[in-house]
Amino acid sequence: MTDTPAPTPTVAKEKSRWQSFRESDFFYAFKRSPVAIISFTVVCILVLSAVCAPLIATTNPFDPASLNLMDGFTPPMEPNAFTGNSFILGTDDQGRDLYSTILYGMRISLFVGAAAVLLAMVIGITLGLLSGYFGGWTETIIMRVADVQLTFPSILVAMLIFGVAKGITPVEYRDQMAIWVLILAIGLSDWVQFARVVRGATLVERNKDYVAAARLIGRSPWAIMIKHILPNSLSPVLVIATISLALAIIAEATLSFLGVGAPPTQPSLGTLIRIGQGFLFSGEWWILFFPAGTLLALALSVNLLGDWLRDALNPRLR
Amino acid sequence: MSEPVLSVRDLSVEIPTRAGIVKPVDGVSYDISKGEILGVVGESGAGKSMAGNAVIGLLSPPAHISGGEIWLNGKRIDHLQGEAMRRLRGKDIGMVFQDPLTSLNPLLTIGDQLSETIQTHLPIGRREAEKRAIAALDEVGIPGAADRIDSYPHEFSGGMRQRVVIALALCAEPSLVIADEPTTALDVSVQAQIIALLRSLCRDRGTAVMLITHDMGVIAEAADRVAVMYAGRLAELDTVRDVLTRPQHPYTDGLMASTPLASQGQTRLHQIPGSMPRLTQMPDGCAFHPRCPYAQDKCRSAPHPTIDGGRAACWYPLLQEAAE
Amino acid sequence: MNAYVKIKGLTRIFDVSKPWLNRLVERRSKAFLTAVSEVDLQIEERTTYALVGESGSGKSTIGRMLVGLLSPTKGEVEIEGVNLATETDVAKIASVRSNIQMIFQDPFASLNPRWRVRDIIVEPVASKGEDTNGLAERLLEQVGLHPGDAGKFPHEFSGGQRQRICIARALASNPRLIVCDEPTSALDVSVQAQVLNLMSDLKDDLGLTYLLITHDLTVVRHMADRIGVLYLGRLVEEADPKSLFETPKHPYTQMLLEAAPRMDGFGREVDPPQGEIPDPIDPPKGCAFHPRCPIATDICRQERPQSRRVGDALVACHLAE
Repeated sequence: MTDTPAPTPTVAKEKSRWQSFRESDFFYAFKRSPVAIISFTVVCILVLSAVCAPLIATTNPFDPASLNLMDGFTPPMEPNAFTGNSFILGTDDQGRDLYSTILYGMRISLFVGAAAVLLAMVIGITLGLLSGYFGGWTETIIMRVADVQLTFPSILVAMLIFGVAKGITPVEYRDQMAIWVLILAIGLSDWVQFARVVRGATLVERNKDYVAAARLIGRSPWAIMIKHILPNSLSPVLVIATISLALAIIAEATLSFLGVGAPPTQPSLGTLIRIGQGFLFSGEWWILFFPAGTLLALALSVNLLGDWLRDALNPRLR
Repeated sequence: MSEPVLSVRDLSVEIPTRAGIVKPVDGVSYDISKGEILGVVGESGAGKSMAGNAVIGLLSPPAHISGGEIWLNGKRIDHLQGEAMRRLRGKDIGMVFQDPLTSLNPLLTIGDQLSETIQTHLPIGRREAEKRAIAALDEVGIPGAADRIDSYPHEFSGGMRQRVVIALALCAEPSLVIADEPTTALDVSVQAQIIALLRSLCRDRGTAVMLITHDMGVIAEAADRVAVMYAGRLAELDTVRDVLTRPQHPYTDGLMASTPLASQGQTRLHQIPGSMPRLTQMPDGCAFHPRCPYAQDKCRSAPHPTIDGGRAACWYPLLQEAAE
Repeated sequence: MNAYVKIKGLTRIFDVSKPWLNRLVERRSKAFLTAVSEVDLQIEERTTYALVGESGSGKSTIGRMLVGLLSPTKGEVEIEGVNLATETDVAKIASVRSNIQMIFQDPFASLNPRWRVRDIIVEPVASKGEDTNGLAERLLEQVGLHPGDAGKFPHEFSGGQRQRICIARALASNPRLIVCDEPTSALDVSVQAQVLNLMSDLKDDLGLTYLLITHDLTVVRHMADRIGVLYLGRLVEEADPKSLFETPKHPYTQMLLEAAPRMDGFGREVDPPQGEIPDPIDPPKGCAFHPRCPIATDICRQERPQSRRVGDALVACHLAE
């Protein structure tokens, strides 16, 4: 038997992943960064409010039967001239309580944003892994398609997809399908950056000895890509995903603002902004102000969180 | 006896970390005289590079010099900041690092880099600087220097690049050169060439050299004196022949015994049990006592021993008879 | 004893030509890098064969061809009597291949940083669907590490400990031959001693065969039963350690031994070797070493020498005796 090195203290039981995380440098950096803590808190509050919207909203703004046109244009916190009802954040032109509408609208914004990013990630990561690992013609074809797509502004691509989808769906289903088409449009326009980053990381990891060791054992390329390379490429993907989320939410708002996004009966934050913009100079400032403020808070905090993540996960700074 | 070129007295470097303050360099003292090559040897984590960086003023924050003095040519330099330190670097201290690929700017020709360095530190014109650059390349043994002055670093092989780095280090005529693992990335035959070059150039110009490496063989052939470092502290300091053939510190003794050359004819190599302690888990007293076959009570309880006039930082140095 | 591995005329050429568009515009021809050229050698069971050479010698390439990470351009590899080039039974090839494992040079890059050590070690066995209960702990103990550390991640270990984990992984599938590519080059002297001792012990306990690839001559002298010296992809000398170190026959071997830094070489004034390793894309005609050889003659410049027996060694030199 060989000489054992000087004994290390016996580990009673191995640390769970949660415990390892709590003791990690990453969590330590998080606790020391006010920006990270604040933006993370804001994101959590907004997401939780959106998820619990049915519980904390005062009305259901998507139910046309509950609306009273006479409630329209009520300023925040003041009783309505006609009906006497008062609303925390006021009402819009159709009498919808702004507070509830923002909550439900955020649901759409967050759902579309998250789903679009998820779609973009799945497509982008798969194509990135394939092109990085196999190289040759696979890589050439995928990367050239990516290059071509990048020459088009992503909003235009989204509008194109949206227009095509609108053309092929029958009228009665358009409202229902609007959300899914939105997700498809934003997701399909966004995959390229994921593909590029994952391809770069794959090229680096592919040459490392642990991949050679896995090939030696006889693992299939698919197993190597998913089990070995992917976990090591996730840091940059995480950073891009958070920033993409902010951008996707804004993209959805832009499309809805342009009229090609969420239908008017289920307004998202973008739709509300479009509606509110028309009334800004006639005095009903709150219809624009509160939805825009919420969108700003959401996009900004997600963006700041992503920015912090990039620095925190930067291996050179570790 | 003339004043040493470099005098390091009781140097300490501290880094505040999550786990407390660690001392990668703790109370290190050595001198280097004109034309002398001092080898600083130790394993990874021993602090030899950190000490070298402290001398040049290249400690990356939050690491900082927390104690001791550094004297260069009779002037104190450890407290210098910014501009003053920058002028010192390159003019009075030349540096040769391990990886020539990253030491040279890939976008500039080597002629440009040499001329730029020469002109920064010596008050001469461009033509003169170019002539000196060609002469410097000639001196380090680059064939056809006048033609290759306009080549880029990637057009040279590894050994040639390291020669260019040495030329760069010496062109401003410094009094001290710090070489941190200059031959580790090179092949054996090229290594021999670079060592010979470094030795002859420094002897001829009287430049003092601090040669930092973990390779005992390089030290044996290149250095005049050697400082052995362990866990941030100096373990032994004396002439190369004495330290390598008759080590007094048990660590040096164990190190020499565990090289494959020392185990000729035996199936197993001598092993020092355990490993170097982490800086966050330094033992009390002597840093080496948990692994030392001769450790006594004093080694555990008394504060860690220093060299202080003797040769080894040990309460019970191994006093061996002269070989012959 | 039967030769476990027989290699004949092994050659590996890499196409390093620039993309065709560049070649078209710059009017270049294709460029080929001959990393390994017509190497013959045999490895006996339960011995350690060392391949020594500097960068560009092709030693790592030979190791990778042996384990199947690269395929040879020419020549044949025969393992346990099975000729890998001509054998048609895929199962036979697979079973022969599964008896060979590899240890890599960089202990930091050879373990997946996101996997726990236990999963890393049992992967060779787990991926075939076999039972891995307690295997990781047993192997950790065998390599001198604490079995309770199986749940840790690689970054929690030092370089020497990581190399032991690599050895444990290599042992998981009960191999008979382990290719060690510079196993201790990245380690400190004292750690190197621990790892080399471990490797010797395992060889005795488990009856292993090693192909040791390294540039460190002192390690080779201690560990090897037979040594092959490579220069620019060609095997220039092959001998047992005693003959090689006491009476090297090939001028390159002599130069290498002379140039290697010695621990008793205080103030040694030695003529350092001349020149540098030539470009493998455009190797010198005839003997690859002739531009740097102190005794080169006309025939060396024209004809590539064949390996012949000189004393106890096999030497590829026209003038050796």
